Amino acid sequence: MIPAQFSYRRVSTVDEALTVLGEHGDEAKVLAGGHSLLPLMKLRFATPEIVVDVAPLEELRYVRVEDGTVAIGALSRYHDLHHDEVLREHAPLLAHVAGAIGDQQVRHRGTIGGSLAHADAAADLPAALLASEGTLVVRGPGGQREIPAAEFFLGPFTTPLEPDELITEVRVPARAGVGWGFEKFTRRSIDWAIVGVAVVGQAVGLVNMAGTPIRATATEQALASGASVADAAALAAQDASPVTEPHASAEYRSHLARVLTKRALESAAA
Amino acid sequence: MKVSIEVNGKAVTEEVEDRTLLVHYLRENAGLTGTNIGCDTTSCGACTVLLDGESVKSCTVLAAQADGHRVMTVEGLAGEDGELHPVQRAFREQHGLQCGFCTPGMMMASVSLLAHNPKPTREEVREGLEGNLCRCTGYHNIVSAVIDASGQEVDR
Amino acid sequence: MSIVGTRVVRIEDQKLITKGGTYVEDVREEALTGAVHAMFVRSPIAHARITSIDTAEALAAPGVVAVYTAADLDLGPRQAGPVVEPWLASDVVRYVGEPVALVLTEHRYQLADAAELIDIDYDPLDAVASIDAALSDETLVFPDMGSNVVQVNGMPEFPADTFDGCEVVVTQTIVNQRVAPAPLEVRGAACAWGEDDRLTVWLSTQNAQIGRTLLAAGLGVGEEKVRVITPDVGGGFGAKIGSDPEPVVLGWAAQRAGRPIRWTETRSENLTSMTHGRAQQNTVTVGGRRDGTVEVFRLDVVQDAGAYPRTLFLPTLTELMASGVYHFPKIETRSRGVVTTTTPIAAYRGAGRPEATAAIERAMDLFATEIGMDPAEVRKANFIRPEEFPYKTKSGANYDTGEYAQALDKVLDAAGYAGLRAEQRRRREAGEPVVLGLGIASYVEITGGDSGGESGRVDINPDGTVTAYTGSSPHGQGLDTSLTMLLSDQLGIPMERISIRHGDTDEVPKAIGTFGSRSLQLGGSAVRQAADKVIANAREIAADMLEAAPEDLELNVDEGAWQVRGAPASGSVDWVQLAARAEQGVLSADVWFGEGSPTFPFGAHLAVVDVDTETGKVVVRRVIAADDAGPVINPLAFRGQRHGGLGQGVAQALLEVMAYDPDGNPTTATLADYSFITATELPDFELVDSATPTTRNLLGVKGIGEAATIGSTPAVHNAVVDALAHLGVRHLDMPTTPQRVWEALSAKGEAK
Repeated sequence: MIPAQFSYRRVSTVDEALTVLGEHGDEAKVLAGGHSLLPLMKLRFATPEIVVDVAPLEELRYVRVEDGTVAIGALSRYHDLHHDEVLREHAPLLAHVAGAIGDQQVRHRGTIGGSLAHADAAADLPAALLASEGTLVVRGPGGQREIPAAEFFLGPFTTPLEPDELITEVRVPARAGVGWGFEKFTRRSIDWAIVGVAVVGQAVGLVNMAGTPIRATATEQALASGASVADAAALAAQDASPVTEPHASAEYRSHLARVLTKRALESAAA
Repeated sequence: MKVSIEVNGKAVTEEVEDRTLLVHYLRENAGLTGTNIGCDTTSCGACTVLLDGESVKSCTVLAAQADGHRVMTVEGLAGEDGELHPVQRAFREQHGLQCGFCTPGMMMASVSLLAHNPKPTREEVREGLEGNLCRCTGYHNIVSAVIDASGQEVDR
Repeated sequence: MSIVGTRVVRIEDQKLITKGGTYVEDVREEALTGAVHAMFVRSPIAHARITSIDTAEALAAPGVVAVYTAADLDLGPRQAGPVVEPWLASDVVRYVGEPVALVLTEHRYQLADAAELIDIDYDPLDAVASIDAALSDETLVFPDMGSNVVQVNGMPEFPADTFDGCEVVVTQTIVNQRVAPAPLEVRGAACAWGEDDRLTVWLSTQNAQIGRTLLAAGLGVGEEKVRVITPDVGGGFGAKIGSDPEPVVLGWAAQRAGRPIRWTETRSENLTSMTHGRAQQNTVTVGGRRDGTVEVFRLDVVQDAGAYPRTLFLPTLTELMASGVYHFPKIETRSRGVVTTTTPIAAYRGAGRPEATAAIERAMDLFATEIGMDPAEVRKANFIRPEEFPYKTKSGANYDTGEYAQALDKVLDAAGYAGLRAEQRRRREAGEPVVLGLGIASYVEITGGDSGGESGRVDINPDGTVTAYTGSSPHGQGLDTSLTMLLSDQLGIPMERISIRHGDTDEVPKAIGTFGSRSLQLGGSAVRQAADKVIANAREIAADMLEAAPEDLELNVDEGAWQVRGAPASGSVDWVQLAARAEQGVLSADVWFGEGSPTFPFGAHLAVVDVDTETGKVVVRRVIAADDAGPVINPLAFRGQRHGGLGQGVAQALLEVMAYDPDGNPTTATLADYSFITATELPDFELVDSATPTTRNLLGVKGIGEAATIGSTPAVHNAVVDALAHLGVRHLDMPTTPQRVWEALSAKGEAK
């Protein structure tokens, strides 16, 4: 399948990107790795008039630790994140999750900023960022603002990003040595999660259990009040609203959320 | 727009529509038909090529995105003298192909896999090639081929 | 020394690994210069009346050369079983993906743009999206037929007293789900009319000659007016045997538009518009004694034929093979073919036999469970014994040779069956959440079942090289290498001096092609027979040159030379010398090998699976397989065919299903949703050797293309059920998805 026609525009600085986005508003789409956007364009589910390629912004590829915070450049690719020693030490969940997305080729192209901006509830990174209690750094014409991950995922594929804004950085608290766990249940290794669970300490993020990634709040509260892992995990689907899909019913997915939450919490505790 | 890509060491410059996919640029503009298209959802990996040395699915990359970059396709694997790349030699020796349609993409993915993990286990090969579908071989001999190409003994 | 039976790397591979194959889309023939690109506009609705088609806007779009609909076509009617299938739908559409219009544009990228502009109004009708919906006859796919049941074979009604007197009777309805053959190369064609008013079609097909016949018939021209060329083909699996409407419409359009045409479908089109396979609902009933003896087996087949019943031989082939590897004294079968508003069904790797095997092998396990006997022992109690061959089954098949018990024993030994059963007990007793399952399938299948023969031609060229022409049409099987090995062995000419040609109807006018695992046993025998004739003619020439009696000469295949038997020192003449001397045509033979009758490969598979009772996830740990197809020409290709079959067979058991919602919308129409198996879901395969020859062709061989697919699906299926047996699960349908497993356990109150 072939995308509908569009104009391609490559930018070389963040400011240039913001200018072009400001000129075109809703008609423009940011292209990073392209592995969320291009498949939609090929199926003609997305038909932007302008595609703004931000790939040349090499300055947005980095991982560093400053004052107890891990800062990740938005254009960092999954493959690089998975192999990044700093990330592996200070935010091991994110490094692990980055290596579990898609396949080798996808991980060579896909970026953390792209995944978060796409805001697919079935994607792994958004839930992992929720569990990591991360923050998105966004730049727009008015300057820079920070949006906590907890306030970023508004609905299916919906975020508070304005058309003329760009995610430039992702920040998570450095949590070296804190237990973490990730469970992703798929039919095949390459499939999107039927259900996924990301845990950092006692924070639990759920993949594909609602229209957005969500926290398993009831589980977290139970853990905080001293409940056992098994008892807390049994509450994992309490705040979820899974829908029935061709490959998995809502009931089955709630069951999986409970089982996988228990496993993820156990590996975080191990 | 004008797109210039170094394909298998040679500059290819062509005027194309902005929406041109890299795979079509390679097939139609560079005239290299070894790279195949097997799906429209980035699922099958038949179109895998190396972009700046890393495996990518060329159906999900715009030619424009590759402008100014290096691409290697199956046609660029063998040496100038025709000497086969170890991955090519091993795919033939281990019977890692049948109809051949997935083979160029499978071999390029294998090259990339071995660049990151020069001595993989059979399990690691299976995981590394999860994004490349084959309908003929049941993968057994593909795994053997990658093990062989890595210089390790094939014991099954 | 003979190379036949030794491992030879394929001669096909050099090109495939260096520049890639030349598939239809890669063809750059001069005749296709200036070709326009084609795309079919397809129905998005399962069942609807077309109320209007407006092509005006599309015709005005950039690059559009033509838009054709049924109103433009002037082709004769096209029969699909008892009904007429339109080339392009005009009044009613009957499945999502049915072609309705054809768009031609100058450039490939303009196709989808233009197709979006064609405005077709549909008035929806009720869908018939399942076998049950079809059998109810509440909505008729073809009202004129009066019923959705379009074919009944076997016993119209089963007797009421069949199972009277049986100690044990078990029955179960088993779904053999619809799957998509989905070769990695989708369908494609390119065509051009020449100045000689002759159509050349480059077609991705398993049989160029049948393709030519169908094209000529569809276009209403003589066969001499059509040439089909088959370039490299990226897999077929039965779905490129060839009765699709698209190539004929393209041939017609190329004439109407006066332009060559190129067509490649998209993967989504492929998954909805290329024929699907399997799609049977089979009810098995076994009656027998508590000592394990089966006394009567009944198989009631319902074949979902899809919207247009193109291949109604599938259910009757299932009936023919109902008996499996067993000496059943009594068998009753019936099959009904029903139409539904879904993609038409045709062959898929195994085509009728996997369904028969799945039915009987599930039935044997159900029977074993019922009487509390090990499934291996129940099978052994009922096998046809080696001394009984040739054996005519009660369902009408005439088996040639078989060593069924031996095949199973080899597999059980290789697997360490007793140890695995002990591990299973141990884990069950320990209450582990991940349980072990063992599944056995003993199978027999029929290859070359069409009995149609095959062509073969061998030419010794004036320079002593060999060109052989086969009517078989390989597309990944490695037949070029196998035939080259056979000829080299037979003639004593090195492999590099032999070339094999196929797939061009001008070069090979008469042929049947590649399907039903027929190529080696029929195509190979034909080439063998042609070479025999060449050798006979060569003997005469050599005798003349050596001034000896023909009957005193022998062909020394190590030297590739003729010599006097017992007196090699008295002189010899090699093929180069012979070829230089021979008059044109004398060292050539063109034969039709027609005496080959079907053969019956067999084997046994054991699958070992882990099932997570908490999530329902099934992991295949081991597959151990004996596949006996007689003597092996090239073990490399032979094992490769088995690997591929195992992969596809496991995939059907675990993952693959082409699914529709109740409105007839396909829910698995991309490769993101349709679950091809990947490398990570499969184990390394453990192959066990076995080779029992047949007497039914010149090579003693049987076909191996489909065998491992047939055995592996029920082996894995049985293993999954076996893993859950102690928790009260008796059956679950394929694919054995995690959700199905969890639901089965939940129903028993055993889900963790």
